[in-house]
Formats: sequence, C-alpha cells, structure tokens
Amino acid sequence: MYNPTVARLTYRAVLGRRRAAILFILPALLLVMAVAVRSFNGADDQIAASLLGGFGIAAMVPLIGVIAGTGAIGPEIDDGSIVYLLSKPLKRSSIIFTKLIVAIAVTMAFSAIPMLIAGFVLNGNGQQIAIAYTVAALVASIAYSAVFLLLGTVSRNAVVIGLIYAIVWESVFGSLVEGARTLSVQQWALALAEDIAGEGLVGSDVGLPLAIVLLASVTTLATWYAGRKLRVLKLAGEE
Amino acid sequence: MTTINIEHTSRWFGNVVAVNDVTMTVGPGVTGLLGPNGAGKSTLINMMGGFLAPSTGAVTLDGAPIWRNESVYRQIGVVPEREAMYDFLTGREFVVANAELHGLGARQAQAALATVEMEYAQDRAISTYSKGMRQRVKMASALVHDPSVLLLDEPFNGMDPRQRMQLMDLLRRMGATGRTVLFSSHILEEVEQLASHIEVIVAGRHAASGDFRKIRRLMTDRPHRYLVRSSDDRALAAALIADPSTAGIEVDLTEGGLRVQAVDFGRFTQLLPRVARERSIRLLTVSPSDESLESVFSYLVSA
Repeated sequence: MYNPTVARLTYRAVLGRRRAAILFILPALLLVMAVAVRSFNGADDQIAASLLGGFGIAAMVPLIGVIAGTGAIGPEIDDGSIVYLLSKPLKRSSIIFTKLIVAIAVTMAFSAIPMLIAGFVLNGNGQQIAIAYTVAALVASIAYSAVFLLLGTVSRNAVVIGLIYAIVWESVFGSLVEGARTLSVQQWALALAEDIAGEGLVGSDVGLPLAIVLLASVTTLATWYAGRKLRVLKLAGEE
Repeated sequence: MTTINIEHTSRWFGNVVAVNDVTMTVGPGVTGLLGPNGAGKSTLINMMGGFLAPSTGAVTLDGAPIWRNESVYRQIGVVPEREAMYDFLTGREFVVANAELHGLGARQAQAALATVEMEYAQDRAISTYSKGMRQRVKMASALVHDPSVLLLDEPFNGMDPRQRMQLMDLLRRMGATGRTVLFSSHILEEVEQLASHIEVIVAGRHAASGDFRKIRRLMTDRPHRYLVRSSDDRALAAALIADPSTAGIEVDLTEGGLRVQAVDFGRFTQLLPRVARERSIRLLTVSPSDESLESVFSYLVSA
C-alpha cells in the first residue's frame, strides 16, 4: 500500500512550499509562549493546560493539519502534475494511503513534538499534562490529516474551507453551540487527554468510547472516499 | 502490436459535446490527430489515456477497457500538454521517480534521459528549464518503461525548430519499431511531416481519416474562394466565368471586389493572371478568403 516514491514526492511538495513556513511558525510560537509563561508565572498546572489546550489543540494542530493534509495532494491536482502519479500502474488507494501517511507524519512532527516540549517547559509534565496533550495532538493529527486530505482531493478551495472549519467550526461555533462540539475532532482528541491528565484539568464534551469510534470511523471513511474520488478524478483545465 | 480502439465514443461536459460519436482504431506506427483548437483532441487523448470516462461508447487497449484500469499504464506512456511537473525536482530526480513508480530504477531513467538528449541538464531544477527542455523531460518520463503506446498532446507546442526536428526523429524511430504513437496537433504541416496516418477531428466529430496524401487531396481539391479587386471587376468577372475552372462569381459591393469560387485550383491560379494581362486589367487584390484552418476543416466535415 505504501509507496516510498509517492511519499518522497509528497514530503518535498508539502515541506518545499512557502506555506510550509506556517509549519515552523506555529510550533515556534507555542514554545515561545511556553517559555514566557514559565519564566513569568512559574509552573502552574492550570495555565499549562489552558495554553496547550487553548492554543495548541484548538489552533495549532488543526492549522498544521490543514497545511499538511491539503498540501499533500491539493496543489498536484490544481496544477495537473498528479497526472504523473495517475499514469502509473499504481492503485489509486495506495496513492491516497501514502499521502495520508505523509500528512499524518508531518502533522504529528510539527504538532505533537512541540506540544510535548512545551508541556515539559510549562510544568515539567506535572499531572501528566504534557503527555495528555501530546496524545491528543497525535490522534488529532491522524483524523485531521484524513479529513483535509479528502478535502484537498475534492475541492480546489481546500485550504480556505479547511481554515474555516479549523477556526470557525472548531473554536467559535463549537463554543457557542452544544451539538457542534460533539462533531469536532478537537473534542474527540481531548477525550483521550481527559483520560490521561489529572482530574479536572482537561475537559471534553464527548465520552471516550464514542470519541474513539468517531475518530476511527472518520479517518477510515475520509481515506476510503478520497481513494474513490481519485479514481474518477477529472483533470481540470482540459478544454 | 498494441491497438487502441475507440468505438462510437462520445463525451460531453454538461451541455457541451466535446467528442461526438467517434469511431477509430489507432495501431502501430505514428498517427497524427489533427484538428483546430477546441475540436476535442485533448478530450479524446484523455479518454485514450484513461483520465476521462467516455460518456457513451468504449475506449479499449487490445480489448481491455482503459478507464479505471491502472494496469494499462504498463503499456501506455503519456506526455500531457500541461506544463506542471514537480518543478522543485531536478530533471533526473523527476525521471527516476517516474521509473520507480513503474517499479524500475535509475538505470532505465538514465537511458530515457539519454534518448531525449537531456543528460547535459539533468541535474538542474526543472523550474529553470525552457519549454522545449520540459517537453523532453516529460517525454523521458513517458518512455522510461519502454511503452508500446505513446500518447502525446500537442507535443510540439513551444518547441524551437531544432527541438521539433529532434522530437520528430525520435517519434519516427518509435513508430518504425512497431510502437503505437499518437500525437495531436492543430498544424497540418506538422502532422504531414511526421504521421503516416492522420485522423482529423473537427467540432468533436471524426471528419476524415487516411494518409497525408489523402488528407491533402481532400483539402486542395475543394472549391477555393478568393476575394479579387481589380481596375475593372466586371470585365474580369466576364472573362473568368467563361473558363470551366471558375464555378461562380459574385460582385461584393461592401468589399468592393469580386468573390470568385474556383473549382480547379491549379488551372485557376494560371488563368487569373493570364486573363488580366490579356485584357490589361490591373489586379489590386487577390486573397484567398477561406484559407483559415477552420474553414478547411469545416469543408472536410461537410464533404
């Protein structure tokens, strides 16, 4: 299923674009804030949880997911260079699977690792907060990558739609409308963090079993559907 | 011996019919797909390349459907018209990647780069290439698995004369060794020089098929129309209509000249200056009024 050549091309495409700067800026911002908070306030579990949850999980992870997930396939479809992958005896599903792995790896690397470091900087993993949010970032990376990869496959405005989802749905809408929070990758990931971290520091609106089921099914469905869409992809810009 | 069969195939996009009930067989040798821009050549090539489903009909490679069948790419090499091609890679990296996607390696990639004579620039980024160099690297990527079918969409666009000649030589060699080579072009001369067989597509329909002599004959034996202005249009008209090479003359008052329809091209081109000289009529304008490719093709369609 995994094709190393497709992976190599995808890594270079994702990391070689100007957009990739966001992949470096957001984690750097988190680390800077962590260092600043720690040096001004000292170690505080509550503040650590707010920063990792409020900025890390709510903003950084979805934004990196958008860049990595849509960037893994969107630009190739836009400019037509995907034809060089499609004109090969490769299963379409293995192209999608490989790109998913790349998107997940990039999202994890740029979100979970800084999350872990920031967590240790903030309170030295007190109450398991660093580990809890790192796990949340890892699982969210998987689901976001799958969803945004699908978005990149079906829409030419994937980045915009992805940003709207990440910002409007996950943060603004989710905080106003109760039901919207159940359908949020962020809440599913937080359900895991809630289970790991000390009592009362992490909250999620979704129970752990439901969260796991939703994470798994969204990831699987999005990947399957992206593979299907790629099989019948019309190369745009032809006559 | 690999053959692409197109049977009663149509393709429409919404209300627009891009390809209309086309039936043709593309066999070994070099075939030129000739037609004006927007005639449906790319749509047809995209269906042969498996990038587009026929709306009706069947497009097959040695009997196997091409649409949604990835295994055909073991035999098909595709040179797309579009420019985009992983510009951040070097030429060599790009061709090696294409080889690997076929389960091959650096050796085959190097051979393909040698075939298109791009070794000298293989370590430069593709983003620095000229259009002709891109075209050749695209060609190398399509040749890397030694396909029996090669599909090229407008391959000569943007090439300089020398590159054009090189590519023509290469395609001729491939055709001569029994491969099935199909390329599209809107330039008759290009197709004539290279293709042993020509398929003409106009407005989505299959207009003509044959070797270049047959196509040329279809195009030159048609009635030619000229706009002629002279010092004495009516006297000239009387003299011309007396000859059987002229089928009709109309005095065009808005243009201030004659619209002459000639049926015997060779004879008419000699008649006109002779008649003018004999009657001391000065010819001010002689311009073919329907030489545009579209009108040639529209003639072919109605024939």
